[in-house]
Amino acid sequence: MKIEQNEIEKIAELARIRISDSEIGQVTSRITEILQMVDALQAVDTRDIEPMANPLDATQHLRPDKVTESNRRDAFQAIAPSVENGLYLVPKVIE
Amino acid sequence: MQWECVIGLEVHLQLATQSKIFSGSPTTFGAAPNTQANAVDLAMPGMLPVLNEQAVCHAVKFGVGIGANVNKRSVFDRKNYFYPDLPKGYQISQFEAPIVGRGSFEVLMEDGSTRDIGITRAHLEEDAGKSLHEDFHGQSGIDLNRAGTPLLEIVSDPDIRNAAEAVAYLKALHRLVTYLGISDGNMAEGSMRCDVNISLRPEGSQTLGTRAEIKNVNSFRFVEKAIHHEFERQADILESGGKIVQETRLYDSDRDETRSMRSKEVANDYRYFPEPDLLPVVIDDAYIEAISDSLPELPREKRDRFSAHYGLSKYDANVLSDSRPLADYFESVATGCGDAKIAANWVQVELLGQLNRAETVIENCPVSAIDLAGLITRILDNSISGKIAKQVFEAMWQGEGSADEIIAAKGLQQVSDTGALETIVDEVLGANAGQVQQYLEADEAKRKKLVGFFVGQVMKLSKGQANPKIVNELLVKKLV
Repeated sequence: MKIEQNEIEKIAELARIRISDSEIGQVTSRITEILQMVDALQAVDTRDIEPMANPLDATQHLRPDKVTESNRRDAFQAIAPSVENGLYLVPKVIE
Repeated sequence: MQWECVIGLEVHLQLATQSKIFSGSPTTFGAAPNTQANAVDLAMPGMLPVLNEQAVCHAVKFGVGIGANVNKRSVFDRKNYFYPDLPKGYQISQFEAPIVGRGSFEVLMEDGSTRDIGITRAHLEEDAGKSLHEDFHGQSGIDLNRAGTPLLEIVSDPDIRNAAEAVAYLKALHRLVTYLGISDGNMAEGSMRCDVNISLRPEGSQTLGTRAEIKNVNSFRFVEKAIHHEFERQADILESGGKIVQETRLYDSDRDETRSMRSKEVANDYRYFPEPDLLPVVIDDAYIEAISDSLPELPREKRDRFSAHYGLSKYDANVLSDSRPLADYFESVATGCGDAKIAANWVQVELLGQLNRAETVIENCPVSAIDLAGLITRILDNSISGKIAKQVFEAMWQGEGSADEIIAAKGLQQVSDTGALETIVDEVLGANAGQVQQYLEADEAKRKKLVGFFVGQVMKLSKGQANPKIVNELLVKKLV
């Protein structure tokens, strides 16, 4: 399976990864190599096998509905780049 | 062209828990910004989610409540997108294997008919935080208190055909989840938020048109308005030969319009994959059975029992079963006074009327069910008339005491004593000699009317306290 450069560009945008024009050719060919490995796996017959959600043969532990955390806003906000009135400030996002 | 509207609703229901779905932070509404956002909610490196057992229990309750197939093995997935109110860069949700599968529940429509609306699925997920865009010198402020609040996303089949049906569905759903006790259902605090999927197709067509999704409509009224608006918008486009673009739109209640929300189509590529930080959730038959056994009487069962047991109309039974506290109140009044129909009438007309005017709810009602039953008992034993009873009720509402106390204090006891009434009747007949003459010369039909007039005069003179039945008898006896 081959992946096209425009698909790489789209995935990079969704993942917020900047790939420069000089790098993109190399990234495309590397990912194509990985997909060739996936092609080899595709050859295995998996008809009666349920998709695996987790490699561990265990099920989810449930936690009782209790409040165990206290307010540590000051500690968290001390390491934030920018805060005001208790809010974390980020570059303007509005659609 | 006649268009048929096809609507499916996605409701994000906030589940009633003390702590968040994946962390031990509190979920209390209205706390100061970020005081309820801790390491897991802030997506600090190395933090791991641990699932809240109450959230699972609530989801299963919902599943059992709508007769759905509850999946004994469900899986959490990551829904990937970037937005600052979602610090992890993904929302933990369920995609391939939701906890609640297909089910349905009965919705009472505006015209009194009922219809089962299908539920495609319901899955557990975490809420995001809140972005504030004003007054931060060109920056946005982020409050992550809400991040990680447990939600159940309930997806309906595209079974809904107009705004009124959508509202009826939401009301029935609201009633069901508050009966189940899995959510406080507080719309103003965002406990029930709704996305509306809507498309149009020519009347009679079976294929679905391209849909638009209207996000985050937060009240029944706005759902209605948003659907009306979106119907018009799509009909205009289709009738002028245009095509509907599949997109997410936002309803703006200030301008009563919907507008496109996401500029880039790629934004909707969520790349779901199984959440590696959580294992599959496995529950067994015994767990589901125990929850099933613990369910309270549900709205439909209660309504049907009210009809059958108390002989109420479907409409009355429905009003009185609107919430568990109201239904319990009504039942106490009915049992207390022994006449369910009068009890139903009083609760619906006088009590709900007063509650509406006072803009309060049954939980804060100043008149107890026992006291209301006491008042109705006095109507039934002819101590007071229905009209006087309203006056007594008003005084009870003001906290002046029980019905008996008020009747005694104000001397409102109905006068049934023939001697006392005769005096008043004689007075009325004496003062209206003209009408008496008319009565004596009149035919049967006209006589009835005149008796009504005399009764009215007697009631007026007795300040409403005369027993109308006895007054009637006296009048007929005297007018010969």
